[in-house]
Amino acid sequence: MHMQFGIFSVGDITQDPTTGITPTETERLQNLLTIAQHAEEVGLDVFAMGEHHNPPFFPSSPVAINSWLAAKTERIILSTATTLITTNDPVRLAEDYAMLQHLSGGRMDLTLGRGNTGPVYPWFGEDIRQGIPLAIEKYGLLYRLWREEFVDWEGKFRTPLQGFQSTPRPLDGVPPFVWHGSIRSPEIAEQAAYYGDGFFANHIFWPASHTAKMVGFYRQRFEHYGHGTADQAIVGLGGQVFMRKNSQDAVREFRPYFDNAPVYGHGPSLEEFTAQTPLTVGSPQQVIDRTLGFRDYVGDYQRQLFLMDHAGLPLKTVLEQLDILGEEVVPVLRREFAKNRASRVPDAPTHAARVQAALAAEQVDASTGVTTAASAE
Amino acid sequence: MNTPKRIAVISAGLGKPSSTRMLADRLALESADVLRERGVEVETSTHELRDIASDITNNMLTGFPSEKLEAVIADVTGADGLIVVSPVFSASYSGLFKSFFDVLDPASLAGMPVLIGATAGTARHSLVLDHALRPLFSYLRAIVLPTGVFAATDDWGEAGAGGQSALTDRIARAAGELAPLVEASERSSAPRDPFGFDSVLSPVGGFQPN
Repeated sequence: MHMQFGIFSVGDITQDPTTGITPTETERLQNLLTIAQHAEEVGLDVFAMGEHHNPPFFPSSPVAINSWLAAKTERIILSTATTLITTNDPVRLAEDYAMLQHLSGGRMDLTLGRGNTGPVYPWFGEDIRQGIPLAIEKYGLLYRLWREEFVDWEGKFRTPLQGFQSTPRPLDGVPPFVWHGSIRSPEIAEQAAYYGDGFFANHIFWPASHTAKMVGFYRQRFEHYGHGTADQAIVGLGGQVFMRKNSQDAVREFRPYFDNAPVYGHGPSLEEFTAQTPLTVGSPQQVIDRTLGFRDYVGDYQRQLFLMDHAGLPLKTVLEQLDILGEEVVPVLRREFAKNRASRVPDAPTHAARVQAALAAEQVDASTGVTTAASAE
Repeated sequence: MNTPKRIAVISAGLGKPSSTRMLADRLALESADVLRERGVEVETSTHELRDIASDITNNMLTGFPSEKLEAVIADVTGADGLIVVSPVFSASYSGLFKSFFDVLDPASLAGMPVLIGATAGTARHSLVLDHALRPLFSYLRAIVLPTGVFAATDDWGEAGAGGQSALTDRIARAAGELAPLVEASERSSAPRDPFGFDSVLSPVGGFQPN
């Protein structure tokens, strides 16, 4: 599959501004699980769950939610948006996500982010001013834990390890695929490029020109580090849409949610924000046209996720949005994005493809007589 | 090699016409004159914050600047010298004035020569220059000129010795301080790396994981 399409959720508990109803934590969680399962039903490829440690957000443990979903779904890839690499212990992350990898039969990956809520750092014993060094050191360890059987390690931000073996070992000897998510830090794009990992641009809060710059930088650095040509780098984008058959209806219905939304509410008008960011409120065709336009400034890419269940939108509305997305939008996007896609541009990463690639690499090693450790890459 | 130096001017006056803008214009003209006398080509650009007031508020709420605001920010942070003038509101610079500097990257004015100015109804507010504007730009690690220029309403009608008023004197003194710093500045012609890293990463790609 060239591209994966799906949804990502921040998991905010927000009052519906049109009814005044605020779901309870329990309701919101149950609704979210319904939404994730419906995403699979309408043919989407990915569901990604955020991680937060402060109200009005409830998903403190995306790995727990995704594990439950793994048991309830059959096909959809369970990812995160994002897993906090700064404040979680990389040993715990290695263990939890490897466990999820086994539970889901490889139907998972994860997106690492730093988190932008200041107090979360001290709550977890970290210093926000060390955000970038934390992300670099902790991922350096996580990367090794999934690739080396026994790890000796010493760093600045956690207790040293001697002969530590993270369990379970990655499924089929292939570590989970990792995306690095960032809105504005080129250091994170550099990190993704260095490891040959994916780069996920949040995309929804900033102008397209900014995303184009960050992705362009990541691609250039990916090539510099020898993982392939720039157009072979693995890119994911966020997006935000609200659709109705008639675009005027979409605007009318979505406006109160937009005006009162967390993050950007009470600021720019819906029209200004639509012009400045990838937000598209209109007909399915408008969403298709706008989304296809992303390729013009980031190149052919691998994953497109949409934000759909936020700002107090009721469950029924979100499920309707998923229906439109699955039935009318994504099939066209799949077809259109496949056109003129250079053959050397890699497909979106899956566990099965990565296992095959690892096997192929082993055969090459065997035929040349070269023995390499950790040939899973 | 002879690219003109650039002076950016920020006026937070709200009226049209405004005495804050009037002071900003006088400071800009005088500074440009002094530079030209020294044989330095200079361009000035003046921005009234009133025109981008809602853009500034939106930036605070969304975290990113509109195109219009981004252009002003680029002009200001890429200048060789900055002239800033605020009206005095409630014992300090105006909220709009502060908001503009709040949405800038805090490091973006480091080393910038800044001429501070303020206007008010009476001279009783003149210490706002040294108690409010000067610390703000010191915090931003700008080079704040020793002379700040305050204009009360009366200053605009004051006659001075030999036809030269005290306000005109102060403007000339401040411009005289700004000019050599602008002349020496390489800010406007220096290449800028939009991906500049902190020390963890070297500029040539020496990513150092542990």
